[in-house]
Amino acid sequence: MSIPRNWRTRQQRYSLKAEVCDNCGKTIFPPRDVCPHCARERQHWTTLSGLGEVYSFTTMYNAPTGFEEYAPYTMALVKLNEGPLVTAQLTDVDAGEVRIGMPVEMVTRKLMQDGDEGQILYGYKFRPVLQRTSA
Amino acid sequence: MREVAIIGIGQTPVGEHWEKSLRHLAHDAIGAAMRDAGIETADALYVGNMLSGELNGQEHLGALIADFSGLRGIEAMKVEAACGSGAAALRVGIMSVASGLNDIVLVCGIEKMTDAPGHVTTSALATAADQEYEVSQGISFVGLNALLMRRYMHEYGVSKEAFAGFTVNAHRNALTNPNAMFHSAVSEAAYARAGMIADPINLLDSSPVCDGAACVVLAPADRYRSRTQARILASAVAIDSLAVHDRRDPLVLDAAVISSQKAYAQARLTPVDIHLFELHDAFSIMSALSLEAAGFAPRGAGVQLAQHGEISLTGRIPISTMGGLKARGHPVGATGVYQVVEAVMQLTGRAGPNQVGGATVAMTQNIGGSGATVITHILGAV
Repeated sequence: MSIPRNWRTRQQRYSLKAEVCDNCGKTIFPPRDVCPHCARERQHWTTLSGLGEVYSFTTMYNAPTGFEEYAPYTMALVKLNEGPLVTAQLTDVDAGEVRIGMPVEMVTRKLMQDGDEGQILYGYKFRPVLQRTSA
Repeated sequence: MREVAIIGIGQTPVGEHWEKSLRHLAHDAIGAAMRDAGIETADALYVGNMLSGELNGQEHLGALIADFSGLRGIEAMKVEAACGSGAAALRVGIMSVASGLNDIVLVCGIEKMTDAPGHVTTSALATAADQEYEVSQGISFVGLNALLMRRYMHEYGVSKEAFAGFTVNAHRNALTNPNAMFHSAVSEAAYARAGMIADPINLLDSSPVCDGAACVVLAPADRYRSRTQARILASAVAIDSLAVHDRRDPLVLDAAVISSQKAYAQARLTPVDIHLFELHDAFSIMSALSLEAAGFAPRGAGVQLAQHGEISLTGRIPISTMGGLKARGHPVGATGVYQVVEAVMQLTGRAGPNQVGGATVAMTQNIGGSGATVITHILGAV
């Protein structure tokens, strides 16, 4: 990914910055100029909880350029609690343990690196929701 | 608007054409179509192609191919809609003839994929998906289809083996198509054994990387009645979001539903009137989703047509009659034109052992991306 493109989309990738449509109230991720549900142009910003569940998943054996060194890895469609689906890698989980409906949470991880001297692309991945112990 | 006729068809064999460059392949198809139509020149050429910039370092195909085919001076340009580029070029050609702006129009679909190494081709194909929110995460085009197939199996309680019928049918039909890439039958057992690419999609769910070119010649029907091979009864395009995650429901190809309905309305036909359906079986899951979207099966039941033999040459709705994308091959930007060439062969009784008996109405549907652009044509026999 080019440096300007990386920079432009950083808030979405680092913190799931999203929009809520002022007209229909639906949550929109990734952000758009026009609501895909009602075609109106007024939205306000929101940040998503990062919580959702696995809608579907696959293990990538033939990775596209830039991702070869990470193969095999697990890709998923994650249904976020606020409504949108998002395409992302799963992490911190064995491929054999993934199930549709599994609760997951967003974490920030390295996605890829443009060669030895290029920029490192960071972004969201999702992992199984950790059991939290009470203090 | 004028009624549009197809007056000539041409195609190259689909395969790995190491000895031929993009321009040679395109001219082979164009020359064959012009000879078939009995014409020596044309008013315009529309080239359907997706990847020439990425894989061949060559754009500007309209001028390149028209000139190489001896058509210097005519109107020519490239039309791109990812894997739907071939049918998109046909759509432009039909608009050109129907409007009266041009009379004789060539539509050539061409893709030269084998000049680049595999991972480059994989990445190039992924340009059909959303670069910022799908591809940047590490997904490939196969991966996107795998996400759809897994969800389909989960939501409808379908096994992976249930999809075998699509592959078996495509390979059986390709056996007797001399222009098909594969001439090998595939058994259900072989399908079950095939290596995984992105589970649950295995090698035998997937159409191959290959080269090929196909061409049709269009003309106004009223002036070329004696040379008409097939009539264009409908031509319809609809789009959806590029990204699968942005769809209203990933398991419904909304653009295919709308594109099909527009086409049925134009032709004043319904699914029961269609004698064969050349659908976009780039992956077996796309066959199931396309059959449902085009009204041949209810939601979740598309895969059952493959299990019950209804998609064979003698079935209720024959698909992939010359091998489809799976076994004839999927030279991406050429595919939409191959589908139409094959439909014309069926409507003119030139499909040989693959002939669908009594076929007078054929439908083709070419899909760009994983359902973002869907282009449907309905053709009628003379």
